Amino acid sequence: MSLLDIKNLQVDFPTRRGVFTAVREVTLSVEPGEILGCVGESGAGKSTIGNAVIGLLEPPGRMAEGEIDLRGERIDNLPYEAVRRIRGRKIGMIFQDPLTSLNPLQTIERQLVETITTHLPMSEAEARQKSIDLLDRVGIPDPEIRIQQYPHQFSGGMRQRVVIALALCADPEVIIADEPTTALDVSIQAQILDLVRELCRERQVGMIIITHDMGVIADITDRVAVMYRGKVVETGPTAKILGDPDHPYTKSLISAVPRPDVRLKRFPLVEYIESAGDARKALDISTHWLGQARDFSKMDGPLIRLKDLNMRFVTKNAILPKNRVYLDAVKDVSFDIEQGEVFGLVGESGSGKSTVARMIAGLYKPTGGAIHFAGGELTAIASEREKDIYRRQMQMIFQDPYSSLNPRMRVLDIVAEPIRFHGLAEDKAHTEEIVLDLLEHVGLGAAAAIKYPHEFSGGQRQRISIARALATRPRFLICDEPTSALDVSIQAQILNLLKDLQEELGLTMLFISHDLPVIRQMCDRVGVMRNGMLCEIAETEDLFENPQHPYSQHLLELMPRLEVLSQEGLEVEADHPTGAA
Amino acid sequence: MAREEIGKSEAAPASSLETGYERLGFWARIADNDVTYSFLRSPLVMAAAGITVTFILAAVFAPLVAPFDPFDPTQISLWDGKLPPAWVQGSNPAYFLGTDDQGRDLFSTILYGGRISLLVGFAAVFLSMALGIGLGVAAGYLGGWFDAFVMRLADVQLTIPGILTAILINGIARSVLPIELRDELAIYVVILAIGFSDWPQFARVTRAAALVEAEKEYIQAARVIGLRPFIIIVRHILPNVLRPALVLATIGLALAIIAEATLSFLGQGVPPTTPSLGTLIRIGNDYLFSGLWWITLFPALALVTLVLAVNLLGDWLRDALNPKLR
Repeated sequence: MSLLDIKNLQVDFPTRRGVFTAVREVTLSVEPGEILGCVGESGAGKSTIGNAVIGLLEPPGRMAEGEIDLRGERIDNLPYEAVRRIRGRKIGMIFQDPLTSLNPLQTIERQLVETITTHLPMSEAEARQKSIDLLDRVGIPDPEIRIQQYPHQFSGGMRQRVVIALALCADPEVIIADEPTTALDVSIQAQILDLVRELCRERQVGMIIITHDMGVIADITDRVAVMYRGKVVETGPTAKILGDPDHPYTKSLISAVPRPDVRLKRFPLVEYIESAGDARKALDISTHWLGQARDFSKMDGPLIRLKDLNMRFVTKNAILPKNRVYLDAVKDVSFDIEQGEVFGLVGESGSGKSTVARMIAGLYKPTGGAIHFAGGELTAIASEREKDIYRRQMQMIFQDPYSSLNPRMRVLDIVAEPIRFHGLAEDKAHTEEIVLDLLEHVGLGAAAAIKYPHEFSGGQRQRISIARALATRPRFLICDEPTSALDVSIQAQILNLLKDLQEELGLTMLFISHDLPVIRQMCDRVGVMRNGMLCEIAETEDLFENPQHPYSQHLLELMPRLEVLSQEGLEVEADHPTGAA
Repeated sequence: MAREEIGKSEAAPASSLETGYERLGFWARIADNDVTYSFLRSPLVMAAAGITVTFILAAVFAPLVAPFDPFDPTQISLWDGKLPPAWVQGSNPAYFLGTDDQGRDLFSTILYGGRISLLVGFAAVFLSMALGIGLGVAAGYLGGWFDAFVMRLADVQLTIPGILTAILINGIARSVLPIELRDELAIYVVILAIGFSDWPQFARVTRAAALVEAEKEYIQAARVIGLRPFIIIVRHILPNVLRPALVLATIGLALAIIAEATLSFLGQGVPPTTPSLGTLIRIGNDYLFSGLWWITLFPALALVTLVLAVNLLGDWLRDALNPKLR
């Protein structure tokens, strides 16, 4: 008998198109003081397990089979009142978004004291003292003062600490943490994970941590359960699962994790997780339509040159200029991107990296500085017609595959729009031919053309976005966090595709990401940004092996090491060629 | 290898829900649609739809359905005036719902009056929709002074009750028109008056939706391609903001029918020679205390039923199209 036993759990969601089984045949157990990781991609059913344990399945979901035991006593068939008493008292919960899991209209004190007095036989004063001790324990400075504040007065990381205190305040035996650090920046994530691990050990609390992030798994879990389409395909000690997995799904999932330690040629073994439709056709640029750009004048020197670029947003407008409040999103940023190079920009949220990309793409007008592109100064051109020549050579891929495609247009029209606008095809039939061909080159297959975006998954939509970006025959591609909304295996496929296309077409790329391992896999050179300023520009390998700027060193330190990953059979990229192709 | 194994054994339950759906044809897909599903499960909404459709058909085919033509003087005789409905003593069974003060068959007049009510309703809603959506989308996407100007104008107009605006526009138009054209053009004046009084609702809704859409990345993608604002508005934003506007239009239709009836009741609408439902109610109102209750009651009942049915449809459509409320 363990602390928490989940036996043969099956959760059904009856819908009007039949019963959807979200989770089946799941058997898991947690010991006191143990952290069990539950990992899987979106839709694998990992959150459903957590919700089933605390009896918060969203209707119409119901447990069809199995049982859940806490210290040998069955808890899944109890009446509502009894379940409510267990929730919070014996099982605590930490959710993803710290902003919505606290009541914004009550002080922290009120929320903590109320939870404690509901579950434990304590007076208000005792409960208050206990709350202050807890806040102190989770690392909130001046707990006596801060306990009287409201949630909005805390930062994201501090708020998540409060949520942890709230989960712990009735001395629960089990805690379920559903993506507890996904909404936080890397530096805060590391602190929170350390805290969680310490508290579990110290109080002998069993924990199930639900996440899609292999870094989190490697960091704090003792054992891992890997989920795939509602089933647990493999369980075992963390080091074993990450280092030497048995199940083919686990193998491919782990091979898709971007490695922080070496740069690979491609991600191996990722092809079968989501079939992307037809296999993609390789491209020969010398004969293909994509190679016949008429106005790609040969040029020397860097393709892009940014000089002292500035962007200042008005955050509070006023009639008198002196009363206006500004935000300097980008300050004096200068760098060059050579032809055929992949240049990375990395930084935490709010560092201004996307703003730089948007200025280059012409979505924002910089408040100062100059952008030179392919021999022209973009910032000096006023006429739209003249800009079109440069626009055609430059395209952008966006972060969110769910909002970057017009839901009312067929894929054919989405991809054909740039071709029609710039007049790149001879006639209608030619346009269609080009679009179908492009769709095959991004691995979607021509049949996709007549469908609408909602019929595709996130990864497939991102492929459509890439096809649209290629449709102007660009020489320069801006990728703004192109994979951060995707599951790790899909991310690996998209990154592979971008790598292939970059190589085949000799594209120059600006690749923006907050994820250092991804940057290492993709980029030749990297710029590190912080608070709108560029801290360091270095060759990728130099940056990762020997960072110069203190902030780069700090960022690299926080990066999950994933040292348990196996080194066997990897195709490591040798000296990467710069400006080749 | 194991790839096939996973694909076969475990993919089946998850994907059968999704893939089965795509293979259906157009009509099957309509039948399988969530909106259709919610429609077929609500008897009230089905009744409302039935009533609305019956009304529209009866009005469109009034010359075929109605036993008399109330606009044809040869069929009207003052001797037949003020006859009660068929089941009351002293009635003429030819006039099922009785006659009005001029001897027009009430049933036929209601059908012909419904024609005018529906025509004015649809045309006015179409006008205010076109105006409101156009201004709202442009304001939402372009922002700046244009947005400020349009929305302040809408705010000002919203502070005045719509029917007052309609009366104002109606009054101005009538005094400008030459006397001999007044009756002839009355119906168009009413359409204009109601249409112009209702646009701020549409402008507000579409502007809010356009603001949301303009932030989305597909609009940015369109800008990176180089598309000009006009094309972005028409091709990308407009199709994505129509849904809330169409829901509003259903409710707007009911309001426009009421507004027309109100204008006619106040004597500001269509002339008594081509009576609409509102005109009939006004005529009947004069005779209410002389015991001639039917002249008011039946047109009023028809109006209330029609407006209620259209309103129910609009409410249902709003909920059915909003996945959060489902």
